[in-house]
Amino acid sequence: MLDRLSFPQPYLSLILFAVWQFLSDGVSGASVVMGLVLAWMIPQLTRGFWPDPPFFARPWKLPPYLVLVLYDILVSSVSVARLILSGREPKPILVSYPLELTHPLAISMLASTISLTPGTVSADVSDDRTLLLIHALDAESDDEVINAIRTRYEARLKEMFQ
Amino acid sequence: MNPIAEYAIALLLLIGGFFTLVGAIGLARLPDFYTRLHGPTKATTVGVGAIVLSSVIYFSSKGQGVGVAEVLITVFLFLTAPVSANILAKAAMHIGVPTTDSTRGNTWDQ
Repeated sequence: MLDRLSFPQPYLSLILFAVWQFLSDGVSGASVVMGLVLAWMIPQLTRGFWPDPPFFARPWKLPPYLVLVLYDILVSSVSVARLILSGREPKPILVSYPLELTHPLAISMLASTISLTPGTVSADVSDDRTLLLIHALDAESDDEVINAIRTRYEARLKEMFQ
Repeated sequence: MNPIAEYAIALLLLIGGFFTLVGAIGLARLPDFYTRLHGPTKATTVGVGAIVLSSVIYFSSKGQGVGVAEVLITVFLFLTAPVSANILAKAAMHIGVPTTDSTRGNTWDQ
């Protein structure tokens, strides 16, 4: 019973509480109460989806990584826009990417990064979490795609998580 | 309002509009379902990002405080866009949507 009243993920609860204060035009009694309810209820309802608690070995590596991803989004958006407007036929390729990351949260962060950066969408993860299927819009070979992701994103995520 | 802010807002709106338009053109022009996935997911990232940023500048320069809500909208979009792209691709592979002939490599379905 006590377990049901606890906060299984204190950080997630804190973030939810803070986000709710920002969303509801200024802190008031009502927003604090609602924020507490959400901070308790959402982690409780979703605890089944978090088999292991999220764990960062080096959390301070996260902000530079986000800046890098934002920069890449800008640069590669321009190249995709150019491809779309040029009228040239794209050279799509499906790549099976052998994952070196093992933590589920790290894998989902890598998959999200791949989907957010234009030109690549991560389509699926194999059930044993060793392969990521990536659809690249315009690439010469799978080595090109794999090497780019391996050095640019996965290496940094590995440092963050291991 | 500060003229620099006005120019910045106008520029950001133009950039946002441009990328949203390019995303829509990509959706119409690209050859198959999987390549079309790229258009809309990208339009949300840069297009919506620029438009939301211009909204942040507008409301902060009017002295109504920095719009944290807009920043949160961007964060939510960036968190959800990859998930929906992923689910769309997975669903397409599951019902066996074909890729164009020029696509190298194979889809899998497990």
